[in-house]
Amino acid sequence: MAMLLTKLPPDSLMNIYLNGKVIHVADAMTLTELLLEMDYSGKRIAIEINQEIIPRSEHNTHRLKSDDRVEVVHAIGGG
Amino acid sequence: MSTVAAETKKTKQAKQDNQAGPAIQDKLIIAGKSYDSRLLVGTGKYKDMAQTQKAIEASGAEIVTVAIRRTNIGQNPDEPNLLDVISPERYTLLPNTAGCYTADDAVRTCRLARELLDGHDLVKLEVLGDEKTLFPDVIQTLQAAEILIKDGFKVMVYTNDDPLVAKRLEEMGCVAVMPLAAPIGSGLGIRNPHNIRFILEDAKVPILVDAGVGTASDAAIAMELGCDGILMNTAIAAARDPVLMASAMKKGVAAGREAFLAGRMQARRYASASSPIEDTFT
Repeated sequence: MAMLLTKLPPDSLMNIYLNGKVIHVADAMTLTELLLEMDYSGKRIAIEINQEIIPRSEHNTHRLKSDDRVEVVHAIGGG
Repeated sequence: MSTVAAETKKTKQAKQDNQAGPAIQDKLIIAGKSYDSRLLVGTGKYKDMAQTQKAIEASGAEIVTVAIRRTNIGQNPDEPNLLDVISPERYTLLPNTAGCYTADDAVRTCRLARELLDGHDLVKLEVLGDEKTLFPDVIQTLQAAEILIKDGFKVMVYTNDDPLVAKRLEEMGCVAVMPLAAPIGSGLGIRNPHNIRFILEDAKVPILVDAGVGTASDAAIAMELGCDGILMNTAIAAARDPVLMASAMKKGVAAGREAFLAGRMQARRYASASSPIEDTFT
């Protein structure tokens, strides 16, 4: 996250909410790029943006918008 | 040879096979898939992934529940993933909606689980109504079940031990109905066997006790009532030795099932000698 801030000029950044936390990312970044940045590539996860599921097949083409609420979920122990 | 004779021979063979091992022939069928084990287990509350894996293995379970939660951003990226330990290739995963208090949240969770597990549509629906008892909110549960079934999910549903609600869930198209035997994680055992019996009486889908079992004898009691299976988590995970308890539960479930199939003797008030009373020489 911080790395992106330093690499890019301020006018090309936007805020998104990732699992409830505000982060700054490059404007119109794709979901795949975000996942790469967050070390989620190749992990078993599912993604919802503004309460709509973004299928894995669309991660590469889906572009994030300002104030998007992104939820990244995985399976954990439970009964 | 006449058809009738051929059929008789076939029936005889089936009976012989059955005598060789009744339990081997006895499968649990859920949503068209058949399972040898009638014990379903959760993966919560274990010390670590290694213990989870060993306990699940020892339980002999083929259907294993998982919860769906947010990832921890930036925390332990190398932490082992549950799905690497409980592989979807080996086990039938049963994502749950634990922690959901509304139908909407439960539906949302199931849809995320389906995306996570590449279209897998078998889910455990639970919509809770109260934090202290974790009793189900039946109204929300019915609403969620309706939406999920329409959306193509195969729903195994956690509910209370109300026979009318259980029937309604069955009629709606749930693939299994799972009444609680006592509050989740309480280990209080089978508190109301009479209601469980009512639910079992004319059920057309598998009825599994979900929640309340504390030890192996509780599992056997539920199975002796005629339940098709049991889903448990805390009874195994919170035992002093979870792996050994998992093995005990496997046997408790199997013993209870065989006793149910065998049909218990009639209980009587007075003694009945097991040895002949004639020809004694003293």
